[in-house]
Amino acid sequence: MADNGLTPELMKEMYYYMVLSRAVDDRMWILNRQGKAPVVYSSNGHEAAQVGSAFALNRGEDWICPYYRDLALVLAYGMSVRDVMLHLLGRAQDPNSGGRQMPAHWGHRQLHILTGGSVVATQDVHATGLALASKVLKDGRVSVAYFGEGSTSQGEFHEALNFAAVHKLPVIFFNENNGYAISVPARKQMAVMDVAARAAGYGMPGVIVDGNDPLKVYEVTREAAERARSGDGPTLIEAKTYRFVPHSSDDDDRAYRSREEVQEWKKRDPLVMFEQRLTEDGILNDDNLTAMRQQIKDLVNDATDFAEQAPLPDPGTLYAEVYGS
Amino acid sequence: MSQMTMVQAINHALRLELGRNERVLVLGEDVGRNGGVFRATDGLMAAFGPDRVVDMPLAESAIVGAAVGLAMGGMCPVAEIQFLGFIYEAMDQMASQAARVRFRSNGRFSAPLVVRAPFGGGVRTPEVHSDSLEALFVHTPGLYVVMPSTPYDAKGLLLTAIRTPDPVLFLEPMALYRSFRQEVPEGDYEIPLGAARVVRAGTQLTLVGWGPVVPVMEEAAERSAVSCDIIDLRWLSPIDWPCVLASVEKTGRAVVVHEAVRTGGLGAEVAATIQERAFLSLEAPVMRVTGYDTPYPVPLLEDDWLPNLERIRHAIKRTMEF
Repeated sequence: MADNGLTPELMKEMYYYMVLSRAVDDRMWILNRQGKAPVVYSSNGHEAAQVGSAFALNRGEDWICPYYRDLALVLAYGMSVRDVMLHLLGRAQDPNSGGRQMPAHWGHRQLHILTGGSVVATQDVHATGLALASKVLKDGRVSVAYFGEGSTSQGEFHEALNFAAVHKLPVIFFNENNGYAISVPARKQMAVMDVAARAAGYGMPGVIVDGNDPLKVYEVTREAAERARSGDGPTLIEAKTYRFVPHSSDDDDRAYRSREEVQEWKKRDPLVMFEQRLTEDGILNDDNLTAMRQQIKDLVNDATDFAEQAPLPDPGTLYAEVYGS
Repeated sequence: MSQMTMVQAINHALRLELGRNERVLVLGEDVGRNGGVFRATDGLMAAFGPDRVVDMPLAESAIVGAAVGLAMGGMCPVAEIQFLGFIYEAMDQMASQAARVRFRSNGRFSAPLVVRAPFGGGVRTPEVHSDSLEALFVHTPGLYVVMPSTPYDAKGLLLTAIRTPDPVLFLEPMALYRSFRQEVPEGDYEIPLGAARVVRAGTQLTLVGWGPVVPVMEEAAERSAVSCDIIDLRWLSPIDWPCVLASVEKTGRAVVVHEAVRTGGLGAEVAATIQERAFLSLEAPVMRVTGYDTPYPVPLLEDDWLPNLERIRHAIKRTMEF
């Protein structure tokens, strides 16, 4: 592991963000079932793909353009648990949208997390535009668009990849392929087996990676970022993974997935596998695991209390920020 | 000062702003080497290079979407959509991305970009090449919409648009690109956001219009015995209501003229606001002269479909005789 820049300390931090994300996720579902949170979109199952890729970037500096599944990504990128909870509960101080968007519509100016809309794949072209800005400004930034496999059916996915490849822009297209676009399986989404196969049509590398292994994701993302920064253009990464919960708190996945299939994937839970590995390597032990779990529990409790007590947006601000001039 | 056509004035504004601000960037189909299908960007790639004047793949949503990304990344992009009718392909990027970035992020992000698009009738290009779609975008909070009718206004309004910290849709009437020349200053000037232009002062009736119908309204007024106040709105979002209402309070009569189809058109908004806010000044109902409720017609029918001289004169007569 020495040659990839990952120290034991960094790997422990990766694990921390994966566990933190799962804990925040679990709390969000509780808040939803209590009637406090309107809707929840989980990253549950995707943690390795998201955290592994985040650690390969200049976190807080490179642009990321997330989609609604990316809780673990934005946490690893520096968003605080309090900020996540303020967003979930639509509070005025929510730094993502001031309570104006649905939960899981991430955006944080200081952290270079791009604001996103609800229509999927729109962020692909935004990432490409950001990358063109970086090319002109020579600021050394890489932009990364994150998206599900369903959104690769959109025209904008095609438009973004084609444009980025023609102009060799410093951008990474990071697909989290969990096999389902809500209920529609990948085989009804595309007639090829892999999203990565599409890269050939644009003249860019397409890389398939085990999305449940954060170290492998880290390595391929790092390579793509180096390629982008050195002027060699974009890369399409396909991280194969699985979501362990329904699409959202309003979805019932029993309608389209067998329990056996879910159980089979849960044997490869990225948190369990990574914890085993780090324990075997002596990076984690019972003592620091206990301390980490307590720290996370405290953080989630604090953030929940903080957000629940925080004020809602003032109705008098309705017209604010429609225009800036 | 020199005599310029509207398309030259637009080129002039782009050149000035590319030279003044290194964050300004022009992108679109054929805007580079070819200088644009109407030559609005003629010579700009040679002067500023292919990184500042970018020939894009043929994909409208990528053009506007990339402009949104560029703007959020600190640039001031000026995108060209080759004909306004093609902007349907980029509708999401216009209406739910560019227009809402500021609102949805509570002001933490903004998308200061300009989308330029030629549009309008009278040049024998049927269907989507001639569509007037301004109402769709005026109906989209977060966007500004502006439309020059003279070379002088085209340059000043485009400079204002590029420097506005919000997205601006800049609509260029094709029929006026080269229809006449006007004195246009060589230097820098802006025309204030939201300011209409009083084209001609009159006392008996107010003609309100924008873009390609402005010269037609002027000719109708020239030939009429009725003393007409003529207002060129220029900015369709925001609309200069004080200007419109002051005129109607003076004349007591109003006719609204636009090329776009009638139902749900911006003329309905103008008429409704006049009756809401100047009802007691009105001597007659506010009339509309517009395109008909059909897709843009074949060239044979075009001259009758558009708000022509005869139709405007008829509306003036009916309003005066009410």
